[in-house]
Amino acid sequence: MIGLLETGSGFWSAIIWVITVLVIGYVVIYIRNKGEDSYKKDSEQVKPFISGNPEGSKEGSHLSASHIYWGFTEALKGYYKPLIKMHTGNINDYSSWIVTVTVIVLIIIGVS
Amino acid sequence: MSILLNNSPILILALPLFAAFLIPLISRINKKTVGIFAVLILAISLLFTVLLAVKVITVGPQVYVFGAKSSALTLPTGLKIPIRIMFQVDAMGIFMGLITAMVSFLGAVYSLAFIKKPEGMDKFYSLLLLLTVGMFGMEFTGDLFNFFVFLEIASIASVALIAYRGIDLGEPAEAGFKYMIVSSISALVVLFAIGIFYGEYDVLNIAAIASMIKYSQMDKIALALLLPVLAMKSGAVPMHMWTPDAYSEAPAPITMILVAASQASLYALFRIVFSLYNVNSNTLAAGWIIIIFGVLSMFIGVTMAIVQKDIKRLMAYHAVSQTGYMLLGVGVGLAVLSNPIALKEYGITALEGGIFHIMNHAMYKGLLFLTAGALFFRTGTRNLNKMGGLAHSMKYTTIFFIIGAAAIAGLPPFNGFASKLLIYESVYKFNPLLSIIAMVVSILTLASFVKVFHSAFLGPKLPRFNEVQEVPQSMVFSMAILSCVIIFFGLFPNLIVKNLVHPAVMALVEQVKYTGTVLGGM
Repeated sequence: MIGLLETGSGFWSAIIWVITVLVIGYVVIYIRNKGEDSYKKDSEQVKPFISGNPEGSKEGSHLSASHIYWGFTEALKGYYKPLIKMHTGNINDYSSWIVTVTVIVLIIIGVS
Repeated sequence: MSILLNNSPILILALPLFAAFLIPLISRINKKTVGIFAVLILAISLLFTVLLAVKVITVGPQVYVFGAKSSALTLPTGLKIPIRIMFQVDAMGIFMGLITAMVSFLGAVYSLAFIKKPEGMDKFYSLLLLLTVGMFGMEFTGDLFNFFVFLEIASIASVALIAYRGIDLGEPAEAGFKYMIVSSISALVVLFAIGIFYGEYDVLNIAAIASMIKYSQMDKIALALLLPVLAMKSGAVPMHMWTPDAYSEAPAPITMILVAASQASLYALFRIVFSLYNVNSNTLAAGWIIIIFGVLSMFIGVTMAIVQKDIKRLMAYHAVSQTGYMLLGVGVGLAVLSNPIALKEYGITALEGGIFHIMNHAMYKGLLFLTAGALFFRTGTRNLNKMGGLAHSMKYTTIFFIIGAAAIAGLPPFNGFASKLLIYESVYKFNPLLSIIAMVVSILTLASFVKVFHSAFLGPKLPRFNEVQEVPQSMVFSMAILSCVIIFFGLFPNLIVKNLVHPAVMALVEQVKYTGTVLGGM
């Protein structure tokens, strides 16, 4: 029932993992509950702290998809520029890739 | 019952095929019933597939002959070979059949609410059933020309379904046209390769060719033609570009089935290199070609996904990336096929990881595309920049998305983790760098789905989505079933690997058994 999956180098059991997570989770919650209970629901504590600036509208504060990982893509501009250029959306290019790869595979298989 | 069970290989195909042509007639009487009829047929097909799977796993491969009963019977007399076609359903074939049956059934259930326009509904379900027939046929047939016919059935149905949303929209028609071109190229190349085999060996049966194959220069050409086009049909980089177009424009339940259809091409690729060529070819070279396809697909797929703003295009690039894992695992298994020590030490495990990932991917990617469809169904947009706060009003969809995202990112205890772990550990022994790349890709996958989760589901409830509600029950049902399968496979991967994956892997590796099963009955 514990279900050991042999991986060749060891084993994996999701059931043991789940039990471990539950035990650790219980310990974490137990320790947390031992702490000071100073949280007050309808007070200033629930408002976000934006370095002292006033909070904007809730709708306006949502970070859209284009802004997420902007730094990642900006830092890898050199990688992304040719990659995106490669995806032309032109069916002629799609066909060219098939032909090119087929030729390469033909050469490799042919000489091997 | 035993008659039905004995004829199950053909019934699984014949039922949806017959129903596909019956649906336009039923639609004349009552348009609303066509969806329920298609669901019913696919449910029966699923039931037969499960029964056949039990038979294949417990008894052994099933050979089903059409035409001449005996291999000596040639009509008209004087022909060299009899007129007959065979279905050969072994553990690998039925493994794929189970995926097809499950995905098609759930896709049809989801469509009950998702496809709202009564115009063209009969065509939609007819095409869905034909696509299912094509996939089943590709997976069950033991004949190369028959494979080509089913590949064409699946491709033609797919083209029409991709463009289903209407030519007036432009993009769906363009995506369908592009898929038609790449499918035509691949079909012609496959046909040419089949012609090479027929010219050389006078037979079309895979097992018969496998028993005679010499790996001549012509066989090399046939292999070099089949490898890239089947990899292209499965969405391997750099021939993957049709994937985001087709997957994003097709209706969500069709996208889920298209993922399974591309996996049927992947299955064909594996069938060719293992069951047809096996150690008669240079497995190291062929294995490395597949590994390179795999690594490129994994890395380029995921990095392209990160920059997408259209939720379905993003998921389509992830489908490319996940196909890379399958190619990597199976490629390593193929590369060491001629080395019995390496095969035993890690090759079989790599194959198990790659094959197990096919089923896992069909489940979680199917679920993710359905959640994307649910978002589109309620918000009318696929643009992530325009979404936000949808977890407030679509609680079930949010939970299903979390399950799918965690599974694709390889987080324990979901199913993606189990198959990826098998791939990481076995591939590491072959080449540590490949394994490290696979792990990095998993991290990037998680990052990408965190982006989707944040931009679509988190944040305050946006005023323009005040009216948004949870999707209808049939859509929730399909997503719930897939989620349950993902969790079950994740919690008990050993059961799946032992009873389904390992027999499938051995069916691929043991070429003698494959040829013996058919030639014994030819």
